[in-house]
Amino acid sequence: MAAVMIPLDRLRCLSIIAHIDHGKSTLADRILEITGAVEMRDMRAQYLDSMDIERERGITIKAQNVRLNWKDHVISLIDTPGHVDFGYEVSRSLAACEGVILLVDASQGIEAQTLANCYLAMENDLAIVAAVNKIDLPAADPDRVSEEIERVLGIAAEDVLRISAKSGDGVPELLDAVLEQIPAPKGDADAPLQALIFDSYYDPYRGVVSALRVFDGTLSSGARLRFLQANSVYDAEEIGVRLPVPTPVATLGPGEVGYLIAGIKDVGEARVGETVTTNARPGEVLTGYRHPKPMVFCGLYPVEGDEYADLREALEKLRLNDSSFTYEPETSGALGFGFRCGFLGLLHMEIVRERLEREYDLALVATAPNVEYLAHTTSGAVEVVDNPSSLPPLNDVVSIEEPYVTITILTPTEYVGTLMELCQGRRGEMQKMDYLSEERVELVYIVPLGEIVMDFFDQMKSRTKGYASLDYERAGYRESKLVKVDILLNNVPVDAFSSIVHRDKAYEYGKRMVEKLRELIPRQLFDVPIQAAIGGRVIARETVKAKRKDVIAKCYGGDVSRKRKLLDRQKEGKKKMKQIGRVEVPQEAFVAALKLSD
Amino acid sequence: MALGVYVHIPFCAERCDYCDFATWTDRGHLIGEYVEACVVDLRRRMTASAPRATSVFFGGGTPSLIPARGLARILEAIEREDVAEVTVECNPDSVDPEQLAIYRAAGVNRLSFGVQSMQEHVLAELGRTHDPAGVEYAVRLARDAGFEHLNLDLIYGSPCESVDDWRRTLDETLALAPDHVSAYALTVEPGTPLGRDVASGGRSAPDDDDQADKYEIADDVLRAAGFDWYEISNWARPGGECRHNLLYWEQGDYLAVGAAAHGHEDGRRWWNVRTPERYIAAIRSAESPEAGEELLDSTTREEEALLLAVRTRGGVPIPKHAEALVTDLIGEGLVEPDADRLILTQRGRLLASDVTTRLLVALSVPASRSAPAAALLVRSSSPLPPSEVALGRLDC
Repeated sequence: MAAVMIPLDRLRCLSIIAHIDHGKSTLADRILEITGAVEMRDMRAQYLDSMDIERERGITIKAQNVRLNWKDHVISLIDTPGHVDFGYEVSRSLAACEGVILLVDASQGIEAQTLANCYLAMENDLAIVAAVNKIDLPAADPDRVSEEIERVLGIAAEDVLRISAKSGDGVPELLDAVLEQIPAPKGDADAPLQALIFDSYYDPYRGVVSALRVFDGTLSSGARLRFLQANSVYDAEEIGVRLPVPTPVATLGPGEVGYLIAGIKDVGEARVGETVTTNARPGEVLTGYRHPKPMVFCGLYPVEGDEYADLREALEKLRLNDSSFTYEPETSGALGFGFRCGFLGLLHMEIVRERLEREYDLALVATAPNVEYLAHTTSGAVEVVDNPSSLPPLNDVVSIEEPYVTITILTPTEYVGTLMELCQGRRGEMQKMDYLSEERVELVYIVPLGEIVMDFFDQMKSRTKGYASLDYERAGYRESKLVKVDILLNNVPVDAFSSIVHRDKAYEYGKRMVEKLRELIPRQLFDVPIQAAIGGRVIARETVKAKRKDVIAKCYGGDVSRKRKLLDRQKEGKKKMKQIGRVEVPQEAFVAALKLSD
Repeated sequence: MALGVYVHIPFCAERCDYCDFATWTDRGHLIGEYVEACVVDLRRRMTASAPRATSVFFGGGTPSLIPARGLARILEAIEREDVAEVTVECNPDSVDPEQLAIYRAAGVNRLSFGVQSMQEHVLAELGRTHDPAGVEYAVRLARDAGFEHLNLDLIYGSPCESVDDWRRTLDETLALAPDHVSAYALTVEPGTPLGRDVASGGRSAPDDDDQADKYEIADDVLRAAGFDWYEISNWARPGGECRHNLLYWEQGDYLAVGAAAHGHEDGRRWWNVRTPERYIAAIRSAESPEAGEELLDSTTREEEALLLAVRTRGGVPIPKHAEALVTDLIGEGLVEPDADRLILTQRGRLLASDVTTRLLVALSVPASRSAPAAALLVRSSSPLPPSEVALGRLDC
């Protein structure tokens, strides 16, 4: 492994910015194939999306990177997470690049999140090579989409390339444009080392594997390294590049992207945004590091109480891989021992929950997601409330603050009315409405985060037939008139069902919540009253009538296997029910609030 | 030792809207060959060393639709005890005196009529072709032919049936003096005309509370008339219980003859190919007509023993190490202890699946968190899963 430095002018580092389904993974596949990085016969669809959940959902959660050769140049392609919850990770991936490929579906046009990421790229002075994709589809309108790109981003429509990632048409030209338009990196191989970690994951055999970009200095195999944010020291056990097969190298110089294995056991020690330098001759900290801060919280409980230890172990292991979620033990009167978990957003929450259930074989109850409130109490203290049931009693609370976000929605003009109605219904205040073109509008609102964690995204999608897209960022805390609505099941308050809602919406919320629960809770052997209450005052009531019949009519010789399976399924279903007092409650009831349609 | 023989006759004149059994209305031309195939199959199976049959059941389909002499030929091929119970399922509108005389002479000693309802509009909604007068006529013919053991099958709870309709059906059924009554809650099975109509919203589904009311009425009325329940959906006068039925519920052995029939022998369950064509072809080419089998391990057999026995008047042994559950079940009025057994109450019979699953959960070893399917060995050379083949039962 001779240390051969590639001349800086032969290097390029870039990311692809695209909306979900606009063909980023297909383009990455095609580039791998055209540059010869992956033989055709080894090609599997969406090579870089390696996690099962990523393939199933068609999104990228963990950033991957790959080194390619194109016309005597070395291109490092950094794949960015493709979801609104992972904005910070995207920003760090972009920080590792000199340019981006903006990929837009030729029939869909540019979407909110793509726009947000493009603005981010522009703020970081990255070069943008724009391309419209899927030009071979019948609905493609590359002229219109190119003009939209010109109007919104100021990239001349005539400079927008036209490609089909699926067939490969235009992809070589796109790679040529990358060499021409994206600047080569700058850096000094002899300066103190400065390398940026833009992704880390935990490998059970190798420990933490980090993806990083060297800006200055030289990263050498075996070197003693200092992690400036974590303030820790590790030895570089192995460094290498992905071709995409991981291939060890002796050194990585300025402008190079590769991986680092340093015997680290916890991804929290090698977080996204971390600066790696040498212990002997430390460089400066790179700017832009942010400690991930969860925005959405929920309780996770094992259905079976005796799986609590298994859940804790699973959370510990998962956190080795994902340092952006948090968990703390909590106890619920209804659900027993569990954990209050914090996530970057709703998708992140779903992914963590799904991985716990799938990879660790746990049956879990997840409570409805909520945000973090600040309660100002009569004693002058400020309590951070990340669980509605822990809100101090009404009499002790002077005021409550809740987090707000600025949301940006890009939508076809015809849906502006229904989206304004949706945003106003969620206590949103309009900040801006811009016509990007005759057909497309940008809406900007400030909205309480608590109003969008429920079902805002689904509502937006259904009201616009999927054509609108959303991006959001934090906008601080504001005081609101909030109350806690409790739910009583069989006359006993169930803490896991408590919610904090705006005073003006509490009655309607309580009424719909008990109606929804009546639908979701199966009939039991006795009548089950369901009530919504504010501070002991009942505001809504429904009853699940006792069931009288639950029997298979016929069971004879030819039926026995079938009936046994039927009863086995019923038995398994029963095991998945959470016993609350005498009432059996299905798991999905705990997120009933998510399903309250407008 | 008891041995049952189930013979499946997969032919019908019309298909009832609720029926999900293996039966065809357009294969009448196969009846002759089918009868011969059953006879050949039986000769191969009923070897000299095999025990004699203690019960025979012709189910369907509509066994009374095939020529009586054909049915007699099949019966002749079954070596059986002198006192064996021999039942034939009949449609009220497909019996005549000559046919019943041939049955009688061949050794049939029990008839089971698919009455379903004694109300015309209810029969029409169920898609049945006979009328109440036809039932009375058929029963009279059966009496004239000398049949003492008669079962009348009823279905309750179709949405057009009022509580009074159901009471009248019960009264008129009892007036025919059967010694056995089966009463089934109308069940919507996917894939049937009824199932499709309910799924599409064209017809309403039966109402659980209405069916519960009607079950209680049936149990009360039948009991007052001298019947007692011996299985959730079956009532008999003393001595009128169907022995072939009991064999199923006691996990006894029974041979399967005919298309789609299910057999059981000491923990091995098998099922025949589903269509009459394939059954005939298999027998002709001297191949086994079996399409698949499952070997029940001891856990699965125990589970089956429980789920079958709990449905019967004999009940289940009081489970050990589940005192809390037993106390709950008794306290909730679902079961009554009788010596060392638990017997379902009337309320418990209506909630039998609830009781069964609770007992199964309590009895299952803690380690059995995995899918119960892992407890079996299933081989199937047929593309049809066993769940689609719902035969080998009685009293359709």
